[in-house]
Amino acid sequence: MIVIESLTKRYGATLAVDAVSLVIERNTVTVIVGTSGSGKSTLLRMINRLIEPTSGRVLIEGRDTESEPGYQLRRRIGYVIQGHGLFPHRTVAENVATVPRLLGWDERRIRARVAQLLEALQLDPTVYSEKYPHQLSGGQQQRVGVARALAAEPAVLLMDEPFGALDPIIREKAQDDLLEIQRKFGTTIVLVTHDIDEAFRLGDRVAVMSEGRLVQYDRPEVLVTRPADPLVARMTGSAERAMRLLSLTTAGEAALPLDATDGLANGPVVPATASLREVLSELVWQSSESATVVDASGTPCGRLTVAAILSRGRPR
Amino acid sequence: MSTSGFLLRRPTSARDSTALLRIDRLGLLLTLVGAAGLFLLPFVAFKANRILPGDPRDLAQALPQWAALGCESTLAAVAAVALFVANAPVRLAAALAGIIVIATALAIAANALTPPHNLVVRVAPGAGFWLLLAAVGLLATDAITRMRPGPGARVLLLALFLGAAWLTLALGTFDNVSVMREYAVNASAFRVAARQHVLLSIGSLGAAVVVALPLGIFCHRVPRARPGILSTLNIIQTIPSIALFGILMAPLGALAAHVPLAAAAGIRGIGAAPAVLALFLYSLLPIVVNTVAGLRRVSPATVEAALGMGMTSWQTLTGVELLLALPVILTGIRIVLVQNIGLVIVAALIGGGGFGTFVFGGIGQSATDLVLLGAIPTVVLAFSAAVLLDSLIEVLDRVKP
Repeated sequence: MIVIESLTKRYGATLAVDAVSLVIERNTVTVIVGTSGSGKSTLLRMINRLIEPTSGRVLIEGRDTESEPGYQLRRRIGYVIQGHGLFPHRTVAENVATVPRLLGWDERRIRARVAQLLEALQLDPTVYSEKYPHQLSGGQQQRVGVARALAAEPAVLLMDEPFGALDPIIREKAQDDLLEIQRKFGTTIVLVTHDIDEAFRLGDRVAVMSEGRLVQYDRPEVLVTRPADPLVARMTGSAERAMRLLSLTTAGEAALPLDATDGLANGPVVPATASLREVLSELVWQSSESATVVDASGTPCGRLTVAAILSRGRPR
Repeated sequence: MSTSGFLLRRPTSARDSTALLRIDRLGLLLTLVGAAGLFLLPFVAFKANRILPGDPRDLAQALPQWAALGCESTLAAVAAVALFVANAPVRLAAALAGIIVIATALAIAANALTPPHNLVVRVAPGAGFWLLLAAVGLLATDAITRMRPGPGARVLLLALFLGAAWLTLALGTFDNVSVMREYAVNASAFRVAARQHVLLSIGSLGAAVVVALPLGIFCHRVPRARPGILSTLNIIQTIPSIALFGILMAPLGALAAHVPLAAAAGIRGIGAAPAVLALFLYSLLPIVVNTVAGLRRVSPATVEAALGMGMTSWQTLTGVELLLALPVILTGIRIVLVQNIGLVIVAALIGGGGFGTFVFGGIGQSATDLVLLGAIPTVVLAFSAAVLLDSLIEVLDRVKP
């Protein structure tokens, strides 16, 4: 758990971050979203003290981050930035081993950890270990950046626009991979982005920042149904708020029991992981009233009707 | 690895067939220069003693007939290759053959013109010799450039060249040539001068690196300090070397006169102390400027990532920033080393020693051969330093930041 208490950063006369307080639960993805200059990156960098706060404090698992030197704190916190920042003069394996080396792990443990991480990020260690960053594609570089940040098994991972340099198709895949990694390692992730779609896609909770202040901090559906101020409403897009709400729920979560709708089994088949927005689009496309939901093995596990989907797109 | 690489990189057969019909422009120029050297200028100068003006002798007069014919026909073949063959390894081989023939001709001419056991007459290389040597030397350089050898191959070529030069000198091939006559007389002084020359140029470079590197890092970290430091160093750079030696003489002389410890340490108004100090001052600007440029080319994202990973400021500087800036910093060091090797010549004027002793001694005695005894090794030294450091930089720069 990360507790941020009235954290403030002042540069001369301007307040970059103005008394922000928020609590980040363990094993969740929290996305800080805002326009450029909103103070979101400054807030992130004060968590690992790359920027020293003017006032306020940060507690990680109850421990004040000021209680140890900044560099030691940062070795326990993963950090990923836009454009990856890989060391061009070091191989992929050496890049990933950076923090374990700083912590003085023995070589065998480092080698095993590097191989494990590269595999988890779908980079075959036998192929990629000895390559240099410039020999990799943008998506691969980004994944090495994530592997490097996770190397010393940090409980917290900070990410500053981690997908900003990727093209849209690779970005979507990278976002899915990140969620999988998060589930696998149980890391608490704090991610900064200016992209509200990315925030909704990734965040268990979303913090909206504007002009250094925290405007709203809640679950994504609350941001849509009860925006705290006009800025949040504008950001979440009032014209498509129903669709955005549908995109936050998966078919599996909304599925009705199979027996309740016996006899209507003619519609499309959709995976349980698809969002309601995608299922609705499919139903419109196929002029169908209902769809069969199947689990990962292809076994039917529920049904969805247009009426059931529409009821999910309304504020409750 | 590069050796096999450039052998494979031959021109295509299509280019070969057309190249035979085309006259190489550089080859034409070098052939004209070489021909002028061969037919219009004296190959050697025969002097009754070391300071008399020479009596010009062309190739036919200087060499036995068989040798003159052999030399001329080989040079004609080299010219043909230079004119009509595009294949770089063949051009290099021809140029090397040309160098060997010209050098051998000089040795034979010196042996033939010197009466037995006569140590007074001098057979000096003439303008024709130098022009021919320049022509084939340029042909060789051009061929090497066309073959684009890797750093390893370049160092190997340099080693072969130095090894061959040392071997012929050690075997006494050129003992009757005037410059080697001067060497024979000055052999012990030459060794002292060589050591002084290397020590002065490398010593002042070492001292400059120790000061300039932190200064460059400071300029990078504190941008406000940069203009002041750089313009001060720029002003030093504009002072002519002799003037700087003069300026330093007075304070160092005073220091020696009033501080016994300084005098005991060998610091005086003349000699090595002002020379090292002046060379040190000249060395600062290129190293500081290149350190700043090298550090600026390191991506800010890389530095932020290093700090974000938990590297200390010092670890980031030494493990990331300086390593990535190293090729650019070394370029500055290369400039300084080559510049210093040349400037040490002037240091002889204030008693600093080095090869300049022969150069200025030779000018004073109007003995050209003595000037060459100082100038030739200086050029070889500077050239070798440039090749070695360039190769090192290329190896380090393989990894692009």
